[in-house]
Amino acid sequence: MISINHLSKSFSKLDVLKDISVDFTRPGITAVLGPNGSGKTTLIKCLLGMVIPDQGEIQAFGQPVKGQWTYRSQIGYLPQIARFPDNLRVKELIAMIKDIRGTAADEAPLIEAFGLETYLDKKLGHLSGGTKQKVNLLLALLYDTPVIIMDEPTAGLDPVALIRLKDIIQQEKKRGKVILITTHIISLVEEIADEVVFLLEGRIHFRGTPEQLRMQYAGANLEEAIANLLLNENQAAAVHPKLTQHHNGTVLHKNLKPC
Amino acid sequence: MLKILKYSFYDMMRSRWIYLYFGFFFAFTLSLFLISTDLSKVVVSLMNVILILCPLIATMFGVMYYYNSREFTELLLAQPIARRVIFLGQYIGLALSLSLSLLAGVGIPFALYGIFQSADIWNFFSLLLNGVFLSFIFSGIAFWIALKNDQQKIRGFGLALAVWLFFAVIYDGIFLLLLLSFSDYPLERFALGASMFNPIDLSRITVLLQLDISALMGYTGAVFQQFLGNGTGMLFAFGVLTLWLLLPLWRIGRIARVKDF
Repeated sequence: MISINHLSKSFSKLDVLKDISVDFTRPGITAVLGPNGSGKTTLIKCLLGMVIPDQGEIQAFGQPVKGQWTYRSQIGYLPQIARFPDNLRVKELIAMIKDIRGTAADEAPLIEAFGLETYLDKKLGHLSGGTKQKVNLLLALLYDTPVIIMDEPTAGLDPVALIRLKDIIQQEKKRGKVILITTHIISLVEEIADEVVFLLEGRIHFRGTPEQLRMQYAGANLEEAIANLLLNENQAAAVHPKLTQHHNGTVLHKNLKPC
Repeated sequence: MLKILKYSFYDMMRSRWIYLYFGFFFAFTLSLFLISTDLSKVVVSLMNVILILCPLIATMFGVMYYYNSREFTELLLAQPIARRVIFLGQYIGLALSLSLSLLAGVGIPFALYGIFQSADIWNFFSLLLNGVFLSFIFSGIAFWIALKNDQQKIRGFGLALAVWLFFAVIYDGIFLLLLLSFSDYPLERFALGASMFNPIDLSRITVLLQLDISALMGYTGAVFQQFLGNGTGMLFAFGVLTLWLLLPLWRIGRIARVKDF
């Protein structure tokens, strides 16, 4: 449904994405992982047309997205930081989004799932960070879209909301949706992800199942494997800078053992 | 576009500043009427206030509104809406609410003092039309500056204020200095051309031409009347004001197309 070909993006002199090619076509949950500043959010924003790529092409539903906007009605997007106009009430915000999109949607099940009934008349500026994130989730999941993209969906959520969110994600997966999630919570990845895309310094360093990642980097669990991967990378960069050059989806220095 | 415009307009109408703006014009116009009930004199007195204050307030509102509505903008950018529509809708909503405050603040006292039965009605309309033009032009320029400097608020505010200061004060100073320094040469054409590059000067000229007192109120006005005559001069000035209006619109559209958020 979404394919990215040779995508590059830099902000002034900082190369954030370097020649990335990847596609997200199979239904299921893909976790986009990587350390801070590896380009996860920029990649997602490129998909949504919020960041304009320097090079490369992105296709969504078979059409190039450059200069287009209608395709966004097929994508549910959860921004990393829940920022809303402070002087709007929650129900006004929901009504506004429905009005602007011009299509009907039923928010009642999501309001119930995240326990937002008591907050509907409150102004968004008065809500706590966690409650704002619940409103953020509600807006992302409001429409029945074939693709859902979530940037750090668990940030600030209480355990009850987290369980509800995981349930909702699993339900959406069963309905055959393509779901992209970025997160730093590795246990969440182990629990729900079918596939992992690991970004490092703007390149795709690994793509495969969580199990493959664990095996390849000899970790007792996913967290350890990722730590090994990052240590490997740092060591290789220090010893032999050329070894860090790799192509999309393949790792050229996988014979290096973790320390 | 209409939906974005609607929400942007509602958002402005929730702000107490827009009511203060309305209140100021209302109180100021009423107090002028307490001093004199001659509609024509009130129009002239109001002219200078409108020519300086409308651009200043529009500049401040333009920058403030852009920075304050960044969250709203980010929310909209992820929705299936064209970028151009988002920014133009927001800008027009802002400029429209400013213009309405001006129209109501000045218009109500004039209506109470019988402008609609007076021969001065066209002078009054000319003044208001210029106020609306200036509100649109300067809020557009401010919106454009803020969009260009969206991570640097202080720089955005500073630049926008500098633009206002340049057109409201500095431009005329340089203009006068040049006229004085080169007073031995024929400067009519130069004066005419130079007025085109300042929307505040242009507005002043149109009001003066309408009031038919241009010869009393400055060199540029007299030149305009001499060269273009009343009707043509006005049309020409409004044509150039329209170009001034289109400039920020065009820039906003262009920046919106390539900007990263």
